[in-house]
Amino acid sequence: MLELVLFYIFAAIAVISAILVITGHNVVHSAAFLGATLFAVAGIFLTLHAEFLAGVQVIVYVGGILVLFVFVIMLIAVERSVHERQYNRQWTIALITSAILIVEIVYALYRGKDSLNLPQVVPPAASAAGNSEQVGTALYTAYLLPFEIASILLLVAIVGAVVLAKKRTPAEE
Amino acid sequence: MVTTFHYLMLGAALFTIGVIGVLTRRNIMIILMSIELMMNAVNINLIAFSNRLQQVTGQVFAIFVITVAAAEAAVGLGIVIAMFKNKETMNINEIDLMKW
Repeated sequence: MLELVLFYIFAAIAVISAILVITGHNVVHSAAFLGATLFAVAGIFLTLHAEFLAGVQVIVYVGGILVLFVFVIMLIAVERSVHERQYNRQWTIALITSAILIVEIVYALYRGKDSLNLPQVVPPAASAAGNSEQVGTALYTAYLLPFEIASILLLVAIVGAVVLAKKRTPAEE
Repeated sequence: MVTTFHYLMLGAALFTIGVIGVLTRRNIMIILMSIELMMNAVNINLIAFSNRLQQVTGQVFAIFVITVAAAEAAVGLGIVIAMFKNKETMNINEIDLMKW
């Protein structure tokens, strides 16, 4: 029962703030509501017993990505874009497409609802280990190569971001 | 009782909100935020199934999704800054230099 209440609270916060993110006129407000959505999704992770992922969500998304967003918003002018037209000219057709998308997903999920009734898996005895321990073990044994590739991806992203954002010296031009 | 179906519906809702944001907004910052919303929806689905099947694989994949999201945000915001230096705008309709 408590699980259900928590799920609906977090889901409501996540969906309402997500709607406010995409409807807001001020980018700073959108960033704040994005933070609320990310916190609510971390709560959803907690109800799914993924405690490590909830921590990672708060640290990386809220502490890293969102702060990066706010930094960039502060670096570039905000005031002018508040008074501009906020939506594309093709917003009607975009809404129709999105409506078709959500109807399709919901219909498919609803039709396939019974196939989600998989036999209840008994947690293996080894799951006495904590969630972080399980994730860490999987990450450093079975998924070691993807993990290393992810680190190279991050390195490339750092170098790329610096190259893109740095000021060009006269010699380069 | 919260079932996997509940979580999948939440993921579908968040993903669709992200799609609407990408398709309708003109502000490039909000488009990047909508992409983050869509990645969060994917993570919810992965972890719902990880919990349902009692396997940790979904959570490992969610970590990789978060990594890619961080890389995407860094490069995307770098592009936004470089663009703003040249064009002084965040409006994607005015960024059409490569449009034929």
